Amino acid sequence: MVTQTAYLDIPWGIILILLPLVGAMFCFLFPRKVKVLGLITNIGITMSVFGLGWQLLEQGIYRHSVGGWGAPLGIELYADGLSMLMLTTTALVGFAISIYSTSYFNQTLAVRFWPIWLCLLAALNALFLSADIFNLYVTLELLGLSAVALTALTGSKEALTGAMRYLLATLLASLAYLFGVVLLYHSFGSVDLTVLAETIKASPAVWAAMGLMGTGLLLKTALFPLHFWLPPAHGSAPAPVSALLSALVVKASFYILIRLWFTLFEPLMDGDGVETLLGLLGSAAILWGSVQALRQSRLKLLIAYSTVAQIGYLFLIFPLATSVGSVAWNGVAYLIISHALAKSAMFLSAGNLLHYGGHDRIADLDRVVQRLPLTAAAFGLAGVSIMGLPPSGGFIGKWLLLEAALANSRWDLVAVIILGGLLAAAYVFKVIGHTFTQAPVTHEAKSVSASMEWAALLLAVGAILLGFLYVPILSILEISEIAITSGGGL
Amino acid sequence: MNRKKFIVILLTPLLLTLAAGLGYTVLSLPEQPQYVQNMVTDKMSESGVNNPVTAVLLNFRGYDTLLEMVVLLLALLAVWSLDMSEPKRKTAPTPLLDTLTRLLTPVLILVTAYLLWVGADAPGGAFQAGSVLAACGVLLLLAGWRIPNKLTALPLRIILIAGPSMFIIISIITLFLEGQLLTFPPAQAGLYIIILETVATLSIGATLAALFLGVNHNDKGKENK
Amino acid sequence: MTAAIFYALVGIALFCTGLFGLIINSHLLRKILAINIMGSGVFLVLVALAKRTENMPADPVPHAMVITGIVVAISATALALTLMLKVVKETGHATFPDDEEK
Repeated sequence: MVTQTAYLDIPWGIILILLPLVGAMFCFLFPRKVKVLGLITNIGITMSVFGLGWQLLEQGIYRHSVGGWGAPLGIELYADGLSMLMLTTTALVGFAISIYSTSYFNQTLAVRFWPIWLCLLAALNALFLSADIFNLYVTLELLGLSAVALTALTGSKEALTGAMRYLLATLLASLAYLFGVVLLYHSFGSVDLTVLAETIKASPAVWAAMGLMGTGLLLKTALFPLHFWLPPAHGSAPAPVSALLSALVVKASFYILIRLWFTLFEPLMDGDGVETLLGLLGSAAILWGSVQALRQSRLKLLIAYSTVAQIGYLFLIFPLATSVGSVAWNGVAYLIISHALAKSAMFLSAGNLLHYGGHDRIADLDRVVQRLPLTAAAFGLAGVSIMGLPPSGGFIGKWLLLEAALANSRWDLVAVIILGGLLAAAYVFKVIGHTFTQAPVTHEAKSVSASMEWAALLLAVGAILLGFLYVPILSILEISEIAITSGGGL
Repeated sequence: MNRKKFIVILLTPLLLTLAAGLGYTVLSLPEQPQYVQNMVTDKMSESGVNNPVTAVLLNFRGYDTLLEMVVLLLALLAVWSLDMSEPKRKTAPTPLLDTLTRLLTPVLILVTAYLLWVGADAPGGAFQAGSVLAACGVLLLLAGWRIPNKLTALPLRIILIAGPSMFIIISIITLFLEGQLLTFPPAQAGLYIIILETVATLSIGATLAALFLGVNHNDKGKENK
Repeated sequence: MTAAIFYALVGIALFCTGLFGLIINSHLLRKILAINIMGSGVFLVLVALAKRTENMPADPVPHAMVITGIVVAISATALALTLMLKVVKETGHATFPDDEEK
């Protein structure tokens, strides 16, 4: 039908990038209408993501040559299954966070929050759609600067020092990444991923670039031991900002890392050194992060350390995934999206608790189950996904990783995954246990608006629902131009 | 003190090794690949300008420039969100600063216009011109000049977003007309580029000067100058 | 050693010196300066190598990339400086809490 093909022809990918920018400009011009403008933009983004998804399913991989010049002269936009999943996660989690933020921030803070938040969304969308490593640098900078600005929003001492540390770490990381881009450009004459994939050859410059870009991206993704900036930043930012940082921002640099690895560097590698190192650091992150989470007395810091641990799981893709489309690849992709939903639900619940009781000390959570049942349910369901219990997205992700580890006889990784799950259960139950009991000192309770509670709950329910959506999600992931050799398995 | 010495002793050899490694890498780079360079030279006639750097910046890789203008604007949004208050001025500007500013401002504005215009054929362009305009703005701010209050709200904001907004507007227009983002047909490319560069110059100058000042005058209830 | 290679090596030296300064110094302003030096180092490498072969014209793409990079670096520095001023205003020190100097 004419209308159907017309709908397919709309450049949804470009709208995903331009619409949040337009929204940000309007929010800047009309500060009194920020909340409405922000919500409208988010609705537009969600619709565009579904449009792009449909386009991808009908027409396969999406490519767009900006300026009509084509690589390597111009910049290429590119979307395949993985990009699609990241974009969808961004749109849905972003929407929930936006709804939450309309009630969370007072007018003064809202005027500052919305333009920056919309620029951050634009940066994320531009990042997931880019196929040019220099363009990725610019999007990374846009992402990093907006994230820092949002972290410092409340102006408290902890937020400002957390933001400063985050800023210095992210700038250092970006410069390391840029240096790698410089070396790759001067070796092969292009910054386009597809062109580089064809022309790349092992050379000292390439190894140096790999080291530099890898280190930069590891710092941005807060892999142990480069995670030092994450707990202060995520722990002292306002709740919706912590949610978007843990759920979306750290995943963006991880996305770039696995793209670069599987497209450029992995085909050149001879031995196992890098994979083993990253697997080791990932395991250390899982164990260290979980243990640190158990030791926290403040809820937001517990959740932040949980992020450090969960990021460790993502790095198990390196020792376990032999190619795009293998079992471990699917598992990690699943973990990325379930963690995004579950972790944002947790942070939003923590925000509700903070708003309600005025504090986030775990020991003093006063009968939350009775007084904020929706929030307690949100936290509980999110916890189920983080622990990896069925049915949930987290369970599927961890199950796939376990399967890959068993298939490769990596008993050490099997042990780490199981131990990580047990530790996660420990810190989740620590929090939930306190929500049932009465605190030593009862607190004056402020009310929490319905949209804030429902936003948290819906995200948590989403994390659980992912447990049932295995087949459709896998079919989207499979839209990739790199041939699937060993197949998905299940 | 001891801890610092320990870190220095540990760090110095590591960084020297890093420097040596990177140096070796650079020394072992192959000859300049001609690939993209040739493409630039070939397509330059279609790009609307004669300066290859301007062609790359505003035509071939215009999308990067769009994002970078947003980065600049975002830095201003971030600085304004930090809600700094203006420190009280302790002394009036010296006669030297005052006179120099009065003399230099028109000169700098002329240099801005020249750099903007010449960017199509020789080194120059929006960013260079915008920086000079910003320098003029900084000089004025140092001399104590402030934008009149009634212009600090919407008019100032419009100038600040004009650069990135013009890029976005032209992106949308080219998307509709050509079906591809930021595609300039060779005949009109020169026109598009000069429009983009002019608006960008104003925006960049205003944004950089505002970043220097750091204070958002528009918040109601803030101190007036 | 051609001029291009020389400048590229200088750029590498700047990068490493900046990195050293970033780690060693505890005053925030010095850290920000160190990041700027590192940035300048990277840009110098990028642009110096654009004309490293004799008899070939300079490659314009790195020049454009450096312009983009400089603008991004300015934006980041502006934000970093303002954030530092805010930190000083709130805490009274220009260092991270665990880093406080003698």
